[in-house]
This record gives sequence, structure tokens and C-alpha cells, in this order.
Amino acid sequence: MSDAPDVAQALARMAEQLRPLLDRRPLMIGIHTGGAWVANRLHGLLGLTDPLGTLDISFYRDDFTRIGMNPQVRASHLPVSVEDRHVILVDDVLHTGRTIRAALNEIFDYGRPASVTLAVLVDREGRELPISAQVVGLPMKLASGQHVKLAGPDSLALTLQEAGG
Amino acid sequence: MTGNLQFDSQGRLRHFLTIDGLSRETIHQIFDIAESFISVGEREIKKVPLLRGKTVVNLFFESSTRTRTTFEIAAKRLSADVINLAVSASSTSKGETLLDTVRNLEAMHTDLFVVRHNQSGTAYLIAEHVPPHVRIINAGDGAHAHPTQAMLDTFTIRRHKGSFEHLKVAIVGDLMHSRVARSLIRALNTLGTSEVRVIAPLTLLPTGHESLGIKAYTDMREGLEGVDVIVMLRLQRERMRGAHIPSEQEYFNLYGLTLDKLACAKPDAIVMHPGPMNRGLEIDSAVADGLQSVILPQVTNGIAVRMAIMSLIMGGSSESGRPA
Repeated sequence: MSDAPDVAQALARMAEQLRPLLDRRPLMIGIHTGGAWVANRLHGLLGLTDPLGTLDISFYRDDFTRIGMNPQVRASHLPVSVEDRHVILVDDVLHTGRTIRAALNEIFDYGRPASVTLAVLVDREGRELPISAQVVGLPMKLASGQHVKLAGPDSLALTLQEAGG
Repeated sequence: MTGNLQFDSQGRLRHFLTIDGLSRETIHQIFDIAESFISVGEREIKKVPLLRGKTVVNLFFESSTRTRTTFEIAAKRLSADVINLAVSASSTSKGETLLDTVRNLEAMHTDLFVVRHNQSGTAYLIAEHVPPHVRIINAGDGAHAHPTQAMLDTFTIRRHKGSFEHLKVAIVGDLMHSRVARSLIRALNTLGTSEVRVIAPLTLLPTGHESLGIKAYTDMREGLEGVDVIVMLRLQRERMRGAHIPSEQEYFNLYGLTLDKLACAKPDAIVMHPGPMNRGLEIDSAVADGLQSVILPQVTNGIAVRMAIMSLIMGGSSESGRPA
């Protein structure tokens, strides 16, 4: 199955922006679950040889004492050491920035990377932390009640959801 | 005893007191979380920040090295501050004194008590009297229950055998005095284990096992025939009053797990033991250290399961009762 046209174009744009980084032998890490799907596509498009890492940030969330443990937690899997490597961190949607804060903390519990580049499929407004993406597939303007969600993993497609709808 | 005490009004797990009342889904959810903690234990930095700033008190009225240590490691890997308190049970034989101890520790802003006591129901008693934001885990109460041990045993079975639907599990040894066995049988039944057997001399076999749907054997070879999992129990010398067994040598001959008896089980059967082992009494060293033994993985799994239980019951704690 092929991805939705807007997703395919966004992925191609991301791959172009990431290509100049290839001579640094970057290590790619995707955030569960949507970010891992996007990372998987980019990993193929860029022909990276090191295996893809995946991160579940449930143990690093800042709202744990308020909403509790995510029952769908999966194991993080970083098959290659991040120590001194240039990491490309991939997520599907960048919104508040809290997920990325948690992911950065988790990565540093595995080692000290040389650098971290943030690549996101969708960049929307609503940041609550000083975090920005270096690589963006699709900038989106959304109202605060609207949410964009990535469906996958076979065929990636973006859907728009209204809050309370 | 009520199992309901461990759930809040929305059905969320608040305390971990007993396997009774836990659904199959909840047990598997705990296993799934534990699976993720296994990978944390294999990292360079083995800590996650979930319980940062929380205080966990290991309140042990009955001595235990292994259980206390694994709870301590579990809490520390969740970034909690841990205090170990060994209290002699004799000085708190009256209920009031026990609760006084707990109230004092509460005044020090303890968030979670891990309680072990030689009297059944102690963890319940404490859970009934603490404010809503304080959590209790039962780390063994008398001969009644040892639910986290049952969780780590069944988690170990799931890791090695996948599912429970086609499994035959034999529990061997001192069933009379074993809180481990009581909780384990509950958990195995809830998980849909196809056959649970108990193997013991008549003097160590409690009555009423038929109502739990389990088969009892006094002949070990017969009981081990075709099983997938063997759980050996420790002969509880300190809990035995009077002579339940004729002699240790005879017990070993009849009920000690040797390579010879192990051959009655399926070739890929796994051997478990909650520890500490009496080598040469209930289990032969050749089996304990053999290829089918998963006794050491049980210890590692125990840390991950206790981390999962702690994080599950502590999650959302600021919402349910703690003053903002």
C-alpha cells in the first residue's frame, strides 16, 4: 500500500532536507508510534545502514502523576549506542514540545550523542517549551481545538480531528 | 477479605494487596509494562524518572532479604527515595501500635508503603487507614498472600511459554504453609491456565483445592507427567510447627526435584523456585543450576514486575486525593 499523496510529498521533502547530514553517518530514532512509522520511511528513503532505533517515552512523561501510566507502553529499542553519534530524532506531529523534551531526556539516559536533529512530519503551532524542528515535512495551521493524527503503519495518512467531535 | 479495597471508585488499581479481583486484562497490562522495564534494566543508566520526589518505605515486620532488596531496587530504578524499616513484629502485636507506626511514617510524607508481616491481613488493615493519596503493596502477609511473587512467577511463565491456554503447571512442595502457592494458583486460574496441579505429601496438602479446579498428586512422578512448568516451593521450616515430614532425606527422595524426576515432564519444561532454595531438600543442585532452570531470570523479572506495579498504582496519584 502506498502513502497518502500529502504524506508522500512531505516525506520526500524531509529526505531532501536530511540528505546533507548523511556524511555524518547519522543514527535515526523514531518516537512510538507515529514517529517510528515516519522514521521507518525516511530510513528507507535515505538508505541508512545502521538499524533504526525506537523510543517509547511513557516513562519520561511530565504528566505521569496526573494521568498515570500509559497502558500501551512499549519497550524502547536502541540497537546501536548513541554515544558520540549524530542522532536524527523523528516524530509525526510537533505540537507542545513536551514529547520531545521527554525523548531528549530518555536518549541521554542511553548515552551522550554528538548532536540531535529534530525531524517532524507535521509542525503545528502550540509550543509550550522552547523546542523547534530543524526538518519539517508539512507546516500546518490548526485551531487549538483541532488535532492532526497519523494513521499507519501500512499506508500513512493524516486525518484532522475536531476536539469533542 | 475484600479485594475491592485495592480499586478506587473508577476501578483503577490503587493498592496491590491480592490477586483476587484482578482481571486477566489488568494482569497482562502489568506484564506489558514490566516488559518495557526489562529493557530499562539492560541499559547503562537503569533509572527512569517516574517516581522522582516520591518516598517509598519498605515496612518489613518479617525478615526477608530477597523480596526487600528487589522492592528497593525497583523503587530506586523509578527514582524514588527508599527507606527500609525492619520492625520486630512482637513490639507491634497490637493493631493500634501498628497503625501508630504507619501514622508516624505518614507524617514524614510517605507515598508508598511496601508491607510484609507474619499476620494475614496486615496490608489490608493499613490500606484501610491511610489517606487516599498513600499507596500500599502487600509483600507477603502471613500464610495468606504474596501477590507480587505470583505476578513475577506468571510473568516468567509468559516470557518463556507465551500464553497460558495450553499449559500444564505443577506446583510442588509445602502447599500448606505457602502464601506463594495460594496467590500463584489464583493468578494461573485468572490467566486461563489449562491445568494446574499440586504435588505434596498429604500432611502438606491443604484441603479445598478441588474447589479451585486443581488436581492433587502425592506421587511426584505421576504429577509431573507431561507438564510444561514446574514451580518448586521452599520447605518452610520456620513456619512448621511439629513434624509434617518424616525426615529431610525421605522428603528429598520422594519430593525433591532431581534430573531423574524432571524427565517425567515435557522436555522443554521450565523449573522455577521463589527462593531461597534449600538445595538437597526440595531441589537438587543439578536441576537448580541446569539448563531448564529459570530461577535466576525470576529474580530479574521480579524487579521489572515490581517496577510495573509501583508505577501503575502510583500513576495519577496527585489527582486522587492529594491536596493540590
